[in-house]
Amino acid sequence: MKGPVIDWEALSPLIALTGGVCVVLMVGLMRAAFVRRHVVPVLTLIALGTTIGLGIWQWDANASIIEDSLAIDNLTLALTMVFCTGGIATVLLSWRSGAKEEAGEGEYFALLLTSILGMVVLVAAQNLVVLFLGFELLSIPLYVLCATHMRREQSLESGLKYLIIGSVGSATLLYGLAFLYGATGSTDYAGIAEAATDDVLLFTGIALVVAGLAFKASVAPFHQWTPDVYEGAPTPVTGFMAVATKAAAFGVMLRLFDVALIDFATTWGPALAVLAIVTIVVGNVGAIGQSSLKRLLAYSSVAQAGYMLAGVVVSTDLGVAATVFYLAVYTVMNLAAFAVIVARERETGLGDDISSLYGLGAERPALAWPMTIAMLALAGMPATAGFFGKLYLIQATVHNDYGWLGVAIVVGSAISLAYYLRVIAAVWMRSPSEAVVPAAPRQPVIAGGSQEADAEGPAVAVVRRPWQWELVFVAVVCALATIVLGVYPEPLFDVARDAGEALSGLV
Amino acid sequence: MTVHLSILIFWPLLLAVLGALAPRAVAPLFALVGALVPLGYAVIMIVDFEPGAGLQYVTDDAWIEELGIRYSLGVDGLNLWLVALTTLLFAASALWIAFRPPLRPKLFAVHFGIAETAVLGAFLAQDLALFVLFFDLMLVPFYFLVGQWGGPERIQAAVKMVIYTLVGSLLMLAAAVATAVLAAPDAETISFSFAYLRENLLGEGTQKLLFTAFALAFLIKMPAFPFHGWMPDTYRNMPLPALAVFSGVVSKVAAYGFLRIVLPLFPAAAEDWQMILLVLALLSILYGSIQAFTQTNIRLILGYSSVAQLGFITLGIFALDPDGTGAQGALLQAINHGLVVAPLFLIIALLAARAGGSEDIRDMGGIAFRAPLLATLFLIVTLATLAMPGSANFVGEFLILLGVFESKMAVAIIGSIGVILASVYALRMYIRSMHNRQGPTVTSFEMSLRDAVVIVPLVAAILAFALFPQRALDAGEPAVQAASQAVTEGGR
Repeated sequence: MKGPVIDWEALSPLIALTGGVCVVLMVGLMRAAFVRRHVVPVLTLIALGTTIGLGIWQWDANASIIEDSLAIDNLTLALTMVFCTGGIATVLLSWRSGAKEEAGEGEYFALLLTSILGMVVLVAAQNLVVLFLGFELLSIPLYVLCATHMRREQSLESGLKYLIIGSVGSATLLYGLAFLYGATGSTDYAGIAEAATDDVLLFTGIALVVAGLAFKASVAPFHQWTPDVYEGAPTPVTGFMAVATKAAAFGVMLRLFDVALIDFATTWGPALAVLAIVTIVVGNVGAIGQSSLKRLLAYSSVAQAGYMLAGVVVSTDLGVAATVFYLAVYTVMNLAAFAVIVARERETGLGDDISSLYGLGAERPALAWPMTIAMLALAGMPATAGFFGKLYLIQATVHNDYGWLGVAIVVGSAISLAYYLRVIAAVWMRSPSEAVVPAAPRQPVIAGGSQEADAEGPAVAVVRRPWQWELVFVAVVCALATIVLGVYPEPLFDVARDAGEALSGLV
Repeated sequence: MTVHLSILIFWPLLLAVLGALAPRAVAPLFALVGALVPLGYAVIMIVDFEPGAGLQYVTDDAWIEELGIRYSLGVDGLNLWLVALTTLLFAASALWIAFRPPLRPKLFAVHFGIAETAVLGAFLAQDLALFVLFFDLMLVPFYFLVGQWGGPERIQAAVKMVIYTLVGSLLMLAAAVATAVLAAPDAETISFSFAYLRENLLGEGTQKLLFTAFALAFLIKMPAFPFHGWMPDTYRNMPLPALAVFSGVVSKVAAYGFLRIVLPLFPAAAEDWQMILLVLALLSILYGSIQAFTQTNIRLILGYSSVAQLGFITLGIFALDPDGTGAQGALLQAINHGLVVAPLFLIIALLAARAGGSEDIRDMGGIAFRAPLLATLFLIVTLATLAMPGSANFVGEFLILLGVFESKMAVAIIGSIGVILASVYALRMYIRSMHNRQGPTVTSFEMSLRDAVVIVPLVAAILAFALFPQRALDAGEPAVQAASQAVTEGGR
């Protein structure tokens, strides 16, 4: 009898994350405040950095491991880097956040790492069971993370809402996966692709899977939870959800639809295309009236999901590459914006209201420029990476006869200017005196109703911190990346192309 | 293969950024050098230019191979004089700003530098994607210039301008991608190069679709009737030195886009839809002229007169006569209009300073009383605007009408009404502001030296150009004829 062959090298990024979870959780148990406040986040950063490093090492290895249930190919690795970048930024944004202290540093960061682990498993999955495993591993920590601001009612509400809606999504997905298995008798992507025939069972399965994944990717009409959850969750967590969760959801769609179900592209293609258009319209129109920046970015993320869905629809390796490229670009632009929002939340006491940005241009250029660049990039203005992201997507759509989808992207971008420009106007063209000072915040009730804790109450006084270096760092680095990739996108194109080629069998 | 054009394009941006980092005392110097060096470059290029030798100073490097985009620049008769116009007007405005610094001058200079870089890039690009990139980029700095330094309704005006013009630009982006993808035989050989796309024309049905997107983008940018809805707010609120270059050159990029892109790449569609464009041009001329002599805000008089003038330019471009006379006139008129409109906008600032801050011609009157130099310069520019015989504008309009007369006589006859209307609104503006009874808040005084330093060279340029328009015509002739004949010959 011989033992199983384990490809440790290909598995190494997953091992690094798992190891990170354990170490962070253990170290988080120590009592010393210094260890909890600073060592734990640093350990988290080390785990994420190691994962990225191992991912670069494994580039082009294209291994298929554990009985072909996980594919550690370039697509997985490229997305892993996106997740880890998002994770690193989230750690930095959480550094001085109250959320992690309330929830316990060890737990907070361990949950973050677990969620990233789930994302990697999800996008690497080549098997329906592993897919679901990854899906839950990603979701459950996020439900908790949303509720880590235990003293804020909205945070608890956000966690609960996400839990309920996420569970419905999971159930729908699972139901769909069962149908797929029933129709094909196989849980392997390869087996499904082989055995799949035109029958109602399979199509029902596809429809349910689409719905389940659409919940996670906040594709309309399954997006309604997004604004509420994004608004309520602690802002660093919102940023993480906006970038990493979205990337994971699109990663799994790319692999599932463009590998297992590629023979039915003519069936699900138009359906997803319609969803994409609905999403673009709903997201962009919904964002117009928002005054909360987090809600605004939530709707914007819905719209952006629509653009990326277009890349999934075209189902060519150009489409995959365009989607991966856009995901990477989308990550940096959003992180820059969220870093600024976090900074202003702590500085102004106006929360995430758009008026918290008033006068930022004169007061803090180091935050104002990143915000401006992020908004211009999200709108797809030239000289930012967002321009090439859109160009690439449009090229992919036109190339596979989905030209009208390209037009939809363009029309969506035009609408989106209405709200992105409002943010820029708030930064540069309004003075702080125009901001409406909100009424004293409601005294929140701690979960379970502890009277002593309520009596203490959180400090409402506005604390002006002169220099939050980690936020400025995230904002400036992401903004610079947006500009550099907008002028010299070639390296990222190479990565995206390699990722696109990882899915064999595409045109 | 030279770097000259890259230096020309990116110099203003580079200096603006350096200026932002430099100490406050020397910052204006950076902005000034940033605008004057390109002017010098442009003058050298005009002297050095060989008419009929095709593209010169060509730069052509691979940029983004994945998408088939090349960093490709070049000068020919079509853009040589427009580049010179751009550098001249930006230099004049930079000088103006140096004398009258706005609030937060460094930031202003940064946006101003980005604007010049974007406009020059759009004129010089020889790759469709590169052109679209610069064309869209033009909007960003002007959004900030309006929104931060503009008048009372600045934010609404800025948003309106961006959304209006970007709807067109973004459709153009999609159309540009479609043009390249459909012209290429397979995914690996996509090219956005103008030269390649001119060789590989698309089918007539596709051309019509793409023509619509491009034409819409350019007509909005001009602006032409009925796509001018953003113009009044923008013109009312943009700071004058920015407005001088905005009205002077940004609208010309649109006219240039017709000559560089639409006619050569979509000749069949251009011929089919010639009449629609001519009618839109006529409507622009009539509507713009009539609005111009009913408005009382002097900025809007100029704004609507620009609508009318750009109508003339469109008329010339789509004359499509066999010799390309109309298109030549259009190119000449594009330069002329830029030359007259920029000093006019700067003069508005002087008039407002003498009329108690008002920009309404009803509050003006009698300003010429103690300001003979100002009155003279203003008069010269006004006469050039109404295309007085002897001015280059007269030559331009004459050529345009001649071209149209040869292809569509009825259109030419209606179009010539516009020439008469131009003298009505231009003279009304001059008389109401400079002559007549002195307004209640008017104090007439002569222009200062620092104003003269900016405006006198611009007026001198108008006069010089009136004497030697042939120079620009000769340079432009082969390129313009090629553009225009692509349609007339392709159609037959």
